[in-house]
Amino acid sequence: MPTPINQVQESSGPMIQMMGVHKWFGEFHVLKDINLTVHKGERIVVCGPSGSGKSTMIRCMNRLEEHQRGRIIVDGIELTNDLTHIERVRREVGMVFQQFNLFPHLTVTENLCLAPIWARGMPRVEAEQAAMKYLERVHIPEQAHKYPSQLSGGQQQRVAIARSLCMNPKIMLFDEPTSALDPEMIKEVLDVMISLAEEGMTMIVITHEMGFARTVADRMMFMDSGEIIEENVTSEFFNNPKSERTKLFLSQILSH
Amino acid sequence: MAVENKETLAPARSAIWNDTRYRMVFFQVLVLGAVVAFAAFVISNTLDNLERRGIASGFDFLSSTAGFGILMHLIDYSEESSYGTAFLVGLLNTLLVSAIGVVFATVLGFTLGICRLSRNWLVSRVAATYVEVIRNIPLLLQIFFWYFAILVPLPFPRQSIEIAGVFFLNNRGLQFPAPIFMPGFWVIQMAFLIAIVTVILLIRWAARRRELTGRRFHSFYASIGILMVAPLIAAIITGFPVSWDIPQLKGFNFEGGLVLIPEFGALLVALSVYTAAFIGETVRAGIQSVSQGQIEAAYSLGLKPAQTLRLVIVPQALRVIIPPLTSQYLNLTKNSSLAVAIAYPELVSVFAGTILNQTGQAIEVIAMTMAVYLTISLLISLFMNWYNRRVTLERR
Amino acid sequence: MPETMRRPDLPPPVTTVGLLGWIRQNLFSSPLQIFLTCVMIALLYTLLAPFVKWALINANWSGESREDCTQAGACWVFIKVRLGQFIYGFYPRAERWRVDTTFVLLILASLPLFVPSFTKKVWAGVFLFILYPFIAYTLLVGGVPGLPLVETQLWGGLMLTLVVAGIGIATSLPIGIVLALGRRSAMPVVRAICIAFIEVVRGVPLITILFMASVMFPMFLPQGVNFDKLLRVLIGVSLFASAYMAEVVRGGLQAIPRGQYEAAAAMGLGYWKMMGLVILPQALRIVIPGIVNTFIALFKDTTLVLIIGLFDLLGIIQAASTDPRWLGYAIEGYVFAGFVFWIFCFSMSRFSMGLEKKLGAGEQSGWAM
Repeated sequence: MPTPINQVQESSGPMIQMMGVHKWFGEFHVLKDINLTVHKGERIVVCGPSGSGKSTMIRCMNRLEEHQRGRIIVDGIELTNDLTHIERVRREVGMVFQQFNLFPHLTVTENLCLAPIWARGMPRVEAEQAAMKYLERVHIPEQAHKYPSQLSGGQQQRVAIARSLCMNPKIMLFDEPTSALDPEMIKEVLDVMISLAEEGMTMIVITHEMGFARTVADRMMFMDSGEIIEENVTSEFFNNPKSERTKLFLSQILSH
Repeated sequence: MAVENKETLAPARSAIWNDTRYRMVFFQVLVLGAVVAFAAFVISNTLDNLERRGIASGFDFLSSTAGFGILMHLIDYSEESSYGTAFLVGLLNTLLVSAIGVVFATVLGFTLGICRLSRNWLVSRVAATYVEVIRNIPLLLQIFFWYFAILVPLPFPRQSIEIAGVFFLNNRGLQFPAPIFMPGFWVIQMAFLIAIVTVILLIRWAARRRELTGRRFHSFYASIGILMVAPLIAAIITGFPVSWDIPQLKGFNFEGGLVLIPEFGALLVALSVYTAAFIGETVRAGIQSVSQGQIEAAYSLGLKPAQTLRLVIVPQALRVIIPPLTSQYLNLTKNSSLAVAIAYPELVSVFAGTILNQTGQAIEVIAMTMAVYLTISLLISLFMNWYNRRVTLERR
Repeated sequence: MPETMRRPDLPPPVTTVGLLGWIRQNLFSSPLQIFLTCVMIALLYTLLAPFVKWALINANWSGESREDCTQAGACWVFIKVRLGQFIYGFYPRAERWRVDTTFVLLILASLPLFVPSFTKKVWAGVFLFILYPFIAYTLLVGGVPGLPLVETQLWGGLMLTLVVAGIGIATSLPIGIVLALGRRSAMPVVRAICIAFIEVVRGVPLITILFMASVMFPMFLPQGVNFDKLLRVLIGVSLFASAYMAEVVRGGLQAIPRGQYEAAAAMGLGYWKMMGLVILPQALRIVIPGIVNTFIALFKDTTLVLIIGLFDLLGIIQAASTDPRWLGYAIEGYVFAGFVFWIFCFSMSRFSMGLEKKLGAGEQSGWAM
């Protein structure tokens, strides 16, 4: 039974619900009948070949992309054209991008404080204290006054994670967070994500890092050509993949 | 051989004409010599010709009487004034039309640039067409167009177009009322000054309050209110101490009031419209240089579009926009010299036009004119260097 | 889960694609957009309708004299009747074939350079830049048996515009390259002279250079040496354009990685061979858009020569509009002139954009008059 639109649910219901979601880019049907439910504290890893629509799907969750059919409900708030709904959802959902997208004209601290001050109305001193707290959480407090261009890729991504955490989101979305990093920096970012998971953060992660997936994910999803082909508990997913396409994909990705 | 002969260890002596250092020095001496020789040739010919034609040299001519009138002058000027004063009048007219042109062009240009990026197809296409048409037509032609096509056909003063009973549009220009400030006016000026100071303090107080408590105070509306109300109250108290010298038609022309000559209007409009097209493209490129990811990151943090624009897009876009923007301002200032074609009395028209013809002292006149523009150019370069250094320091 | 075939693509909702979708998204996507679209349509109608009525619907296209023009619309008869003068200036009617030949020859000579498959481009270049100028000069000026002398005072109109622009373009590129190389030279004297020249010329308006050329150049020469006015102007325009071209080329030189310079030097290439064979070909390709932009600006600037008494296209149209037989038709003249200039400049700018796309990102020049 779908949740009534006007009722704001506390964490008793599912965190994210997508029901019969379709999306087109022009004529191209990029998301076909997506149905998924994510509960509080769940960690989902989404994998699949490029062009399968994984990025588009999670970007629909914070309305960076608009869906044309179906319903998306995040923490009891339905995503429609209503701006207030969109803003509330975006405050609850944090996103980490493949390209980091740090603000180059601001220092690390200013990057972290920007949204709390302007979107939540937090006093500056409080925001800076919170910023330092999260910088320590991601193990780079000494970089507080540097500019993003002075940091390595791994450090920048950790700052990006801290930046999202400063808004105290209930859900964190990761869109291939380590794909743009040099190999030696991938571990430091994954470690931060693992510790986040251990604290009980609801996470949806798009990644090719299967080792990470096995450690952290409660459930795995395989997407291809705009559909969710297979979805299962992690152990079952890796040991007994049901679909031929899943098997093919896993064999390609696990072989090296 | 186990041991090399000592002689073969000495450095090889090459011919002096192959040694790069000597070649460079020699070449430079040649170049310098050629330049000096050419300069000497030119200078000797010039001195010869000047003497032959009886043209004076030196800058004494600047104190001679001008003997001609100028239609529009920001400082006191009459036919008895000196050439030096005329130079100043021309210079001020150049600066006037350039300064106002820069303001109009910037406003129009930024609007154009933003319209180009609008999601509305019609708005974006109209802006693009404007840019493509204006940029590809020579500025001189546009100046002629605005002047001859629009302003010259205006009626004679006796048949002026009246606006609100106090503005008169005719082929002598736009006549408008001149304010006459009576004794009590200083109270209003005082009130306005106090209003400005109050607004500045208000804005600072609001910013501090936001930093400390996070609560927003919309100082924008309050500021506008204060700026408008304070002088108004002062005016009411003192009984509106301003009277207006309204232009009156006397005979064939108007007396009283101030006039904006058509040449000024045409030049201003042409310069603004033309430069705005280039500024529009600069602004568009600057805004587009901010990657889409920046906007997505800001939105996903919960920032509203207006906040994203102000805090994320504009600061980054400005860094890319300002250097070419100052270059366009310089172009506008140099382009104001085209006024000589429609006889707007700016620097080139008055000094390198009329005065050069009268005195024949081409070298001094043109040198002085070029020096003025070079100074303006230099000032703008210095500003640009300072700005670039400031911006890059921040990022390192 | 049963193995399913790939789910077929469904068509998107009707209101989001096709013409309807496009209109909805691009013109009417929100109340603000609806308002803007209506404002735009109203604005366009009030501005364009009168112009179209004047220029096309009510205009007079045929006739021989003023009487054939009604007052309702544009009098294109004016343009038609004076067209010869607008194109050739005061060039004697009987000799106009020489002008035609010159420009047809120019087009034919430059065509091979644009055809990608043509291999003897060097020969075409040699012909264009070395032989052709002499041919053109002989044809246009004459003075040889069979070609009566046509003094440059008689040149005017579109022909004069193309001569000034063409020579300006042809000379500004080589001189600009030399200046740019000189500006980066290791020899301080050369560098200082080049920097001084470039900065001074770029800091002053073209009109002052033209005044200088028109008034001061005769003084620089010993008395009795006649200095053709057009020649003075050509020198002034070329020097002006060279300074801007130098900055464009400098941008290209700066974009070449040090490694290229080092590799060329390591191969034993001398300075000029290195520049000519390795660096300049790459640098110029990078800044072709900037070079074409400089050409466009130069083309527009040729109109300034009317201020010092040469009758280029704009100058001759302006002079024609003061003819007592055709008073009051200045607007038609300006619209026509604007149209002609626009065609030339817009074509050049489209060409530059096409090149830019083909070659990737380009540098922007600082001169955009």
